[in-house]
Amino acid sequence: MDVEILSRLQFAGTIMFHYLFPPLSIGLGLQLFLCELMAFRKGDLAWEAAARFWTRIFAVNFGMGVASGIVMEFEFGTNWAAYSRFVGDVFGSALAAEGIFAFFLESGFLAILVFGWDRVGPRTHLISTLMVFLGSVFSAVWIVVANSWQQTPAGYRIVWHDVQGEMMPRAEVTDFWAMVFNPSSVDRLSHTVIGALVLGAFFVTSVSSYYLLGGRHQEVARRCLSIALPSALLFSLLAAATGHASAQKLVHTQPAKLAAMEAHFETTDEPTGLYLFGWPDAEAKTVRFGVRIPKLLSLLVWNDPNRPVPGLDRIPPNERPPIWLPFQTFHLMVAMGTLMIGVAGLALFMRLRGGLERRRWLLKLLIPMPLAAMIANQAGWITAEVGRQPWIVYPSVQQGVEMMGLRTSDGLSESVTAEQVLGSIILFAIIYALLFAVWLFVLDRKLRHGPETPEELREHKRRIARSGIGGLLADQGSVRGGMLEERN
Amino acid sequence: MSLDYDTLTFIWFVLLGVLLCGYAILDGFDLGVGMLHPFLARNDTERRLVMNSIGPLWDGNEVWLVTFGGALFAAFPVAYATVFSSFYTAFFLLLTCLIGRAVSLEFRSKVHSARWRSVWDVGFFLSSTTAALLLGVAAGNILQGMELGPKYRYFGSLSSQLGWFPLLVGLLTVSLFAMHGAIYLYLKTDGTLQQRVRRAFVPLFLTFASLYLIVSVATWIRAPHSLDNLVRHPWLWIVPILNLLAVLNVPRAMHLGRPGYAFFSSSMVILALGSLFSTAMFPYLMRSTFDSAYGITLQNARSSEGTLGTMLIIAAIGFPCVLSYTIAIYWVFRGKVKLDSSSY
Ligand code: HDD
Ligand code: HEM
Ligand code: HEM
Repeated sequence: MDVEILSRLQFAGTIMFHYLFPPLSIGLGLQLFLCELMAFRKGDLAWEAAARFWTRIFAVNFGMGVASGIVMEFEFGTNWAAYSRFVGDVFGSALAAEGIFAFFLESGFLAILVFGWDRVGPRTHLISTLMVFLGSVFSAVWIVVANSWQQTPAGYRIVWHDVQGEMMPRAEVTDFWAMVFNPSSVDRLSHTVIGALVLGAFFVTSVSSYYLLGGRHQEVARRCLSIALPSALLFSLLAAATGHASAQKLVHTQPAKLAAMEAHFETTDEPTGLYLFGWPDAEAKTVRFGVRIPKLLSLLVWNDPNRPVPGLDRIPPNERPPIWLPFQTFHLMVAMGTLMIGVAGLALFMRLRGGLERRRWLLKLLIPMPLAAMIANQAGWITAEVGRQPWIVYPSVQQGVEMMGLRTSDGLSESVTAEQVLGSIILFAIIYALLFAVWLFVLDRKLRHGPETPEELREHKRRIARSGIGGLLADQGSVRGGMLEERN
Repeated sequence: MSLDYDTLTFIWFVLLGVLLCGYAILDGFDLGVGMLHPFLARNDTERRLVMNSIGPLWDGNEVWLVTFGGALFAAFPVAYATVFSSFYTAFFLLLTCLIGRAVSLEFRSKVHSARWRSVWDVGFFLSSTTAALLLGVAAGNILQGMELGPKYRYFGSLSSQLGWFPLLVGLLTVSLFAMHGAIYLYLKTDGTLQQRVRRAFVPLFLTFASLYLIVSVATWIRAPHSLDNLVRHPWLWIVPILNLLAVLNVPRAMHLGRPGYAFFSSSMVILALGSLFSTAMFPYLMRSTFDSAYGITLQNARSSEGTLGTMLIIAAIGFPCVLSYTIAIYWVFRGKVKLDSSSY
């Protein structure tokens, strides 16, 4: 195998592994903040027990996000050196802004969020929780801006530099804000962050349903459900709305990606239909076993059922992305989105009527839903990134001037060999598999153990009041706040 | 702002130095704590004490490295691309160590089992030590120059990066961080554990001081170009002199019973070594052993004037915030770590 395939595999593998954790950090961050806000306003210990419990889950997840994120930060340099030289002027500033504005904020206040429950006042703690959540959103902002610039570049020009006698091109920023607010960044950012909030809401819903089914921790579980279930429905609806907005932009910015997502091979004068599912065959230019709703794609894309959508035949053959994968992952994402709207809507309806807890099948159905949200998040990124091929940076037109793009195959590191990349893939596959297993194991234990009861929490607070901060880390009662402290 | 292009470039060179020194000072002590804990902590309670001393802080410390990476990418993209692809294998090993540290801290306390804990203890020790060694080896290679050919192509490999000089610099780094970590632990602990740390300090300092002398001489032999800037601008001799004073001040402050001052001094040792390193490199970010024309300099690696300017604004907004909450967090977690006997 050559360096290109291996480097792509490596990048896809490491980023998808990383992306298992950020959405939960962002989504759970919001749920955690809401629980703590309720505790703060009502002075209710069950809410506080909930907040403390989600903090512990959050900490484990966050640690994994950090560990896998550090790899990403440097992978552009290790594996994509030519790409890094080409985009550094643009892309680097977003990545640096992420470090300065987001990561310091997150990691700093995380210390107070996790270790500060008994050290700082409730108001300071609440603010720290909010800061951690905002920090994680800011990091999504900058990284998605950087990624969106690759997809729909703006605010730059191409400058040729003399490198020891050979001219090499690179993208240089001409307008910082045009670069930040490139044509797709707002849509894609809102869609990505909402995707994360969906996951967080379903995660809390799922764990709460699990406790209700087992008849445990009911006080805490009911309270959590009262926030998580409505937000699950709200965010899944918003995910569909923002996703739809993204898709409508694509026809202008990346028609090749849109055509691949829909396996739309030939442009015709007829209105374009939408496949509900199918098996695209790029050779034969057909979709096997497909079920198609006439005119629907035209309606969704143009808000006009009769206007045809351009197909892949409009794209030069050497600029066409793969078709099968974007088609399937896109349909998978939409299917999961629809499923989540349905389930959350039904469960909320039942809850409002007061019958949710009696319908054990519905509680059982809620338990695996975070998986659906996770699948949608991953599938969405695969659609977006594979649909971008063969470009690593899309070509564009800036103020009437055509700007070259960069092909993925031209973005590689010149000095790196296939053996080196393969070696690092094997190394990381082993490490990540082990980490993942340990993470599941620890998560499982924490979920089984569950939150403390309000009584236990009251007892803990009494003990702290008596022994003061000094005995804090020593506390081996039922409430343990810290990452490193003794916990079950 | 009307700073000219070369001034902006130089400011970014200095800022990157600040980020790197910040990283070395802050993560330096928690790497050091990681190296020392199997030797100094005798039982599980003590190990927890030691780990809790850095518990809330290590993540924030590591962000200095992450931000250094982002800032290098933005300010000197050519250097970012070339350095990290040249150190490919070494760098992935470093990343492995950083992951190992993060998860050892995270997972160790999660299960009540002696075997589970000792696995993570070993992992924590190995990853901390190897990370420090690799950071030093990388610094050594950069200092002596690397097999860099035309158009940023690197012709070396991991084995060519493990020469005697880089390894010596690696050992120096390990001993420096171990000493730095010991002083930090001395500040954060008390009782018998603190006395044990105190006893370890003298050999740690002596190891560091002898390696410091050896590496100084070795640099003179192996990387004589490091002295060019000192020869050209003799006032720069102030840097190595301050460096030496800071080194001597560490045992003095410990002897006077002022560990806070000793910690400050060992931080200054790191800062001074970092400044010495920058002085030795300037105006190069990476030297070529083939032909100096292939080297990566501030001039050929920098990004455009507009980007350097925008980034400076970003840094001017960001740095005060970062400093204020970093200080706030160290303040919240000030004082000795404590666990009492009822901990388990
Ligand atoms: C939508 C959000 C999102 C996306 C697309 C990415 N990340 Fe991420 N990243 C986060 C959201 C996030 C986060 C929520 O801020 C994390 C994850 C969990 C966490 O604990 O912080 C984080 C952690 C994290 C860290 C550790 C920060 C620390 O030490 O505190 C680094 C260095 C990166 N990421 C870098 C990257 C890079 C280079 C990416 C692209 C290739 C990337 N992330 C994609
Ligand atoms: C700012 C964030 C991101 C950047 C800059 C980025 C950039 C890249 C780059 C450089 C590649 C390798 C070249 C290629 O094959 O296209 C790639 C591939 C890929 N990325 Fe991203 N990516 C980002 C976020 C993500 C996320 C969050 C995911 C989802 C988990 C993701 C999924 C993928 C996949 C699946 C590929 C493989 C595509 C293929 O090789 O055909 N990316 N991306
Ligand atoms: C239900 C209807 C949905 C539609 C019509 C939709 C549409 C889209 C489109 C068109 C893209 C590609 C955007 C681009 O590359 O420019 C995309 C990407 C993505 N989707 Fe969805 N989506 C839906 C639901 C969801 C759900 C429920 C989630 C997660 C819970 C999700 C998560 C993502 C993510 C993470 C990406 C990659 C980031 C991006 O490119 O914006 N989507 N979606």
